Amino acid sequence: MVEQRGAVQITEPVGEEYGKVEGRTQREIIWRRFRRHKLAMASAVFLALIYFAALATPWLAPYKYDQIDYAALNQGPSLSHPMGTDRLGRDEMTRVLYGGRVSLLVGLSVGVFSTFIGAVVGILSGYYGKLVDTSLMSFTDFMLTLPFIPLILVMGSIFNFTPTTITIALVILLWMNMARLVRGEVLSVRKQEYVQAAKAIGVSDFRTMLRHILPNVVGVMIVQATLTVALAILLESAVSYLGFGIQPPTPSWGNLLTDARTTMTQQPWLTWFPGMMIVITALCVNFLGDGLRDALDPKAVE
Amino acid sequence: MSERPNAVPNGSPNGSQAYTGEHLLEAKNLKMHFPIKAGVLKRTVGHVKAVDGVDLQVRKGETLGLVGESGCGKSTLARLILRLLEPTDGEVLFEGRDVLKLGRSEMLGVRRNMQIIFQDPYASLNPRMTVGNIIAEPLKTHNVGSSQGDRKKRVQELLEIVGLSPEHYNRYPHEFSGGQRQRIGVARAVALNPKLIICDEPVSALDVSIQAQVVNLLEDLQKEFDLTYVFIAHDLSVVKHISDRVAVMYLGKIVEVADRTTLYNQPRHPYTNSLLSAIPIPDPEKERERRRIVLTGDVPSPANPPSGCHFHTRCPRAQEYCKEHEPDLEPQEANGTGDAPTDHQAACFFPVMEGQRIEEPATSTPYRAGE
Repeated sequence: MVEQRGAVQITEPVGEEYGKVEGRTQREIIWRRFRRHKLAMASAVFLALIYFAALATPWLAPYKYDQIDYAALNQGPSLSHPMGTDRLGRDEMTRVLYGGRVSLLVGLSVGVFSTFIGAVVGILSGYYGKLVDTSLMSFTDFMLTLPFIPLILVMGSIFNFTPTTITIALVILLWMNMARLVRGEVLSVRKQEYVQAAKAIGVSDFRTMLRHILPNVVGVMIVQATLTVALAILLESAVSYLGFGIQPPTPSWGNLLTDARTTMTQQPWLTWFPGMMIVITALCVNFLGDGLRDALDPKAVE
Repeated sequence: MSERPNAVPNGSPNGSQAYTGEHLLEAKNLKMHFPIKAGVLKRTVGHVKAVDGVDLQVRKGETLGLVGESGCGKSTLARLILRLLEPTDGEVLFEGRDVLKLGRSEMLGVRRNMQIIFQDPYASLNPRMTVGNIIAEPLKTHNVGSSQGDRKKRVQELLEIVGLSPEHYNRYPHEFSGGQRQRIGVARAVALNPKLIICDEPVSALDVSIQAQVVNLLEDLQKEFDLTYVFIAHDLSVVKHISDRVAVMYLGKIVEVADRTTLYNQPRHPYTNSLLSAIPIPDPEKERERRRIVLTGDVPSPANPPSGCHFHTRCPRAQEYCKEHEPDLEPQEANGTGDAPTDHQAACFFPVMEGQRIEEPATSTPYRAGE
């Protein structure tokens, strides 16, 4: 319970807090704590930049992603091609930017949708318990036992992944951890007296879940969601790298790496840039999650 | 508050306890047995008999104190009455209607008239909601007040009634002290003008100085709004202060009920005697002479309660008879005179009569009312 931390902050006369009568809202407290996490702040800024670049790619990119230039094959980084060109003379920076659009969109959508599904399943399961819980959790466990990589490769070869279909496939395979986590949290929250109080008042189940349960599990959900985003980006890259994901000529960070594989010794920059983007993005998302977890952790000490 | 319509009895009044409209709330043979599950297959291997056949009457306008040591089932009983838990067996009659048989919408109507104040002022308020929203929730749920503005006005009124400032409307619970939070909980409970409020140890988590404030607040509200309280506590002095009648619980059963003065002056059940003997007297000389009845042993496990009278394992008066027979609540005669039974009830075969020492039962024949 984050809030009790809040109470401590206000009643304890510590440093600048002392003598301050006006209380802080939850949001302010969390924001203050988050700001202290330098790495997470930096990651947040960097991710914001990456996402901005992805949104603005059509205007930012110097070339078209499938624009072939036979006059400039296999060039190293230069002023006109900051990340070099590939074996067809396509500008690598343009392709990394467009690839980022796909990877980041897939990552974010998978994060959002799997969080939604996981939260619904977890809250229903934890709140109602008994038969609902048993059946939903058995299904969740069943999904967890499915062999992940082979399954997605099979799905890929059947459906010919586009950004939309790979998002759907990843959501189907990634919502379970969220569901289990949320269920566990709900189990403890629903025993709280304020939930009992709501029941005594006669508040409907739906409203209880929405107003009393959800806001009190949202902390762990945010953290898990960021981890899912990172995982989705990595998985999309992996699947595309293996050739089952986003199909060329549409670039994604994963299939850019595949392209670069054959000429890795001659044109190493073709692996550096998409590879680095994957690593940096995944790292940033994870740091962001860390920072959020600390900021939302009730037991964290100022 | 306007006069409330008298409840119409329905269902069959059985035997001597005919429903007269005098009792706002009645529990009949209420039982809550929690299954104990063990093993991989989660088989039920036994039951924790948290509440094991409780009969209880609460009269309109009174405060019924409910005391007993930790784990005797007080809070479970409170939750059963409010139907926060579904009892294993028994009836809960609110204004003569069996609450446990009501459907969803009828239940909502009853909930409007029964509220609860919880023990822990930190856990009982949703930390993510403003005080205004917390207190407005019962109003919203029951469609009281036509608009947001209406409800806000009512909430601010309520804040004032419980001694907080209307400006606290937009604050969060963590900005308040324990006593203030408990006041918020009280405001939420009285928001709908209920008839009955169950106070589940409302002051035991508070400082002693704050306890008095909250108890006084509860008393003021009772006068103002014509409330009926079931006041659960383990602090005997607080219960003595606030209650009209007191019920004593031991291991899932009520062992003695009487009006406050009778219970504190002439306790009949040996358990009540020993409980009362534990109250310290704020006078050192008298305190030194105070004779405490120290019970030996621990409270038996409610998963495996003793045979016969649940108290016989620790009772200084226990006889063979107590091990085999389970006593019911029997009306007690005013002391030994053969007078008409009063509403003093105790579940004991060998009740402690006035002037008796607890170790020596007067007779070896079990007590029966009217014999």
